Amino acid sequence: MNLLEAARIAARGLRTNKLRSVLTMLGIIIGVAAVIILVAFGNGLQRFVADAFGPLANQIQITKTQGAISGNRAARDLTDADVDALSDRARAPALGSVTPSVNGSAVLQVVGDGQYRSSILGTQADYLDVANRELVVGSFFDDQQARNKAKVVVLGPNPVATLFGGRAGEALGKDVRVGRTTFRVIGVLKGNGQQDDVAVMPLGAARSYLLGGGDVVDSITVRAVSTDAVSQAVQQASAILDQRHAIRNPDERDFTVTALQRLLDQSSQVLSFVTIFVAAVAGISLIVGSIGVANIMLVTVTERTREIGIRKAIGARRRAILQQFLIESMILTGVGGLLGILLGIGLSVAAGVVLPRLVADFPVPSVSVGSVVLAFTVSLLIGLVAGGYPANRAARMRPIDALRHQ
Amino acid sequence: MIELEHVSKVYRTGDIALRALDDVSLRIDDGDLVAIMGPSGSGKSTMMNILGCLDVPSSGTYRLDGTDVGRLSDNRLADIRNRKIGFVFQSFNLLPRTSAIRNVELPMVYAGTKDRRGRARRALARVGLAERGNHRPNELSGGQQQRVAVARALVTDPTMILADEPTGNLDTASTVDVMNLFVELNEAGRTIVLITHEPEVAGFAKRVITLRDGHIVGDERR
Ligand SMILES: Nc1ncnc2c1ncn2[C@@H]1O[C@H](COP(=O)(O)OP(=O)(O)OP(=O)(O)O)[C@@H](O)[C@H]1O
Ligand SMILES: [Mg+2]
Repeated sequence: MNLLEAARIAARGLRTNKLRSVLTMLGIIIGVAAVIILVAFGNGLQRFVADAFGPLANQIQITKTQGAISGNRAARDLTDADVDALSDRARAPALGSVTPSVNGSAVLQVVGDGQYRSSILGTQADYLDVANRELVVGSFFDDQQARNKAKVVVLGPNPVATLFGGRAGEALGKDVRVGRTTFRVIGVLKGNGQQDDVAVMPLGAARSYLLGGGDVVDSITVRAVSTDAVSQAVQQASAILDQRHAIRNPDERDFTVTALQRLLDQSSQVLSFVTIFVAAVAGISLIVGSIGVANIMLVTVTERTREIGIRKAIGARRRAILQQFLIESMILTGVGGLLGILLGIGLSVAAGVVLPRLVADFPVPSVSVGSVVLAFTVSLLIGLVAGGYPANRAARMRPIDALRHQ
Repeated sequence: MIELEHVSKVYRTGDIALRALDDVSLRIDDGDLVAIMGPSGSGKSTMMNILGCLDVPSSGTYRLDGTDVGRLSDNRLADIRNRKIGFVFQSFNLLPRTSAIRNVELPMVYAGTKDRRGRARRALARVGLAERGNHRPNELSGGQQQRVAVARALVTDPTMILADEPTGNLDTASTVDVMNLFVELNEAGRTIVLITHEPEVAGFAKRVITLRDGHIVGDERR
C-alpha cells in the first residue's frame, strides 16, 4: 500500500468525524495564529523603535555634570571655546558635527491673542538633522541667520496649539513677542512627543535677547562620523574636554558624555526579550492545542479498535495502520497549521491597516518569515509526536484482540 | 494444506482457565470442502481464528502449506491473511460508515491490486448485491451484510476460504445461492472450510467435522 492510499484512508477517517476534526484543528489554528500575530506585533514594535531612534544612533550628548563633583570643585560650564575645540577635525577626527545649544524659558505672546510660557532652545542651523525632527510648514533658519542672530523662531506644536489654535499655517509669518523682543515665526515643528513645548531660535539671538549667559552653552550634541565610530568619538571628545577642564582622573569629570547608541541597544534588547516572552506565551497555546490532538488521536484509536482489527484481519500490515493514523494526525496539525498561518498573517495585516487609523503612530505589525516557518514546522512535529504514540499502539494490536474489542 | 498438531487453546479469565480447544490434531487437504459442526461454545470459532492466522494456539503447531505459522513474522502473517485466506466472520466485521463496494475493495487496497472497482463490483454481483454497492452496512439487512462479507472474502481469489456461519443470517433461497457459490469456488480448486449449525448446509460439504468441548468427536467424509 502506498502513501497516497494511506492518505486517502486517513482523510476519509477525518471526514466521518467532521466536527471533532474541526474542533481539534481549531486548537492548532489558534496556537499557530497566536504565535505569528504576537511575534508580528513584537517585530513591528522593534522596527518602530529602530525607525524612530535609529538616526540618533551616532549621537553623543555632552552636558555639564549637575551637583557636586568629587574633589570638591565647582563644575565648570561648557563654553563656546569647548565647542571650538571639539570642532577641530585634526584633534577629533571621529566627530562629524558639533551643535551647541542653550536652554531657558520665556513667555510667548501674540498681539490680541493669548500668551504661553514655553521653553526656549537656542541652537544652530543643523538642529533638524541633529535632533531628527521635521517641519510641518515653513523652513528652518540657515547658517547666515544663525550668525546674524536673526530674530526668527521655529515653534513646537504646543505653543502653536495655544497661540494659533493648532493651525500651523496660520502661525507661519506671524510676529510673536518672546520676552521683550519680537520674533518672526518661520516654521512649525512636527511633534515628536518628547520636545513639543519649545521655541527654537538662533543660539546668538537667544543669548542676546532672552537668556544672556555670555559664552556658556548648556549642552553640546556631537554626531560621530558613523555609528561604528561612536565609542572613538566619545573618547576623543572626553579627552579634549579633560584637557580643557584640567581633569586628570575621569572620576573628577565635571561634564557627562552620553552615547545614545548604548541606550538604543538596551531598549532594543528589552524589546526582543518582550517579543520572545510573548511568543513563548503564544507557544503555550500551541502546546495546549497539541495536547488536544494527542487526546483526540488516543480516543480515535480506542474508538476504532474494531476497525483496526478488521483492517489487520484482511491483511493490513503494521506499517499501513501506523501510516493511516499518523497521517490523520498530521493532516489535523498540518491543515490546522496552514489555516493558522493564513489567519495569523491575515489578522496581522488587517491590524496593520486598521490600528494605525484608530491609534496615531501605532506600530504596524510585521510578520516574520521565521515565525511562520517555525510555527508550521512545530505543528507538523506535533502531529508526528501526538499521533505517533496512539498510531503505534494501534499498529501493534493483535488482530483477534482488536476484533474482540467492544 | 492445513495441519494442526496437538493444538490447544486456553482462555484465562481471572483464576479460571478454559480449554476452548484441547489437543486437536487435524489435516485438511487442498481442494476440500469441509463443514465444521458442533454445539455452541464447542470451540468452532476458536479453531477457525487459528486457521485464519488471527490467533495463535496456546500450544501445539499449525502448519499452513508446510510452513509453521507460529514462526512467521507479523508482516508475513498479514500477507497470508491478505492473499491466501478469505475470511468470513460470524459477526460480518464490515467497516461501519463505509459503502459495501469500499468494504469489498479493502483487501485489494492492502494488496495493491489494480482495477479494484471492477473486481469489487463483480464480486458483489456474484453474491447478488450488484445494486447495493453504495449502501452502507447499516443500510443493509443482516443477510445482505453477510453476503458483502462473503464478497470481500472471495474478491482477492484466495486459495482458502474460511467462513464462520456464512449462512447464519440467510433465508433458504440465499443460503442455497451462497452454498452454490462456495461449491463453484471449490470446484475451481479453492479449499473451503465453513462452520454451520444447519445440516442442509453441511450437506453441501465433502467432509464434516464435529467438535464438542474442544475435542473432535466426529469426522466423516461424504
Ligand atoms: N476471548 C475469550 N476469552 C475467554 N473465553 C473465550 C474467549 N473466546 C471464546 N471463549 C470461550 O471459549 C469457548 C469456545 O468459544 P467459541 O467462540 O470457539 O465457540 P463456538 O463453537 O464458535 O460457539 P458458537 O457456535 O456459539 O459461535 C466458549 O466457552 C467461550 O466462552
Ligand atoms: Mg462461533
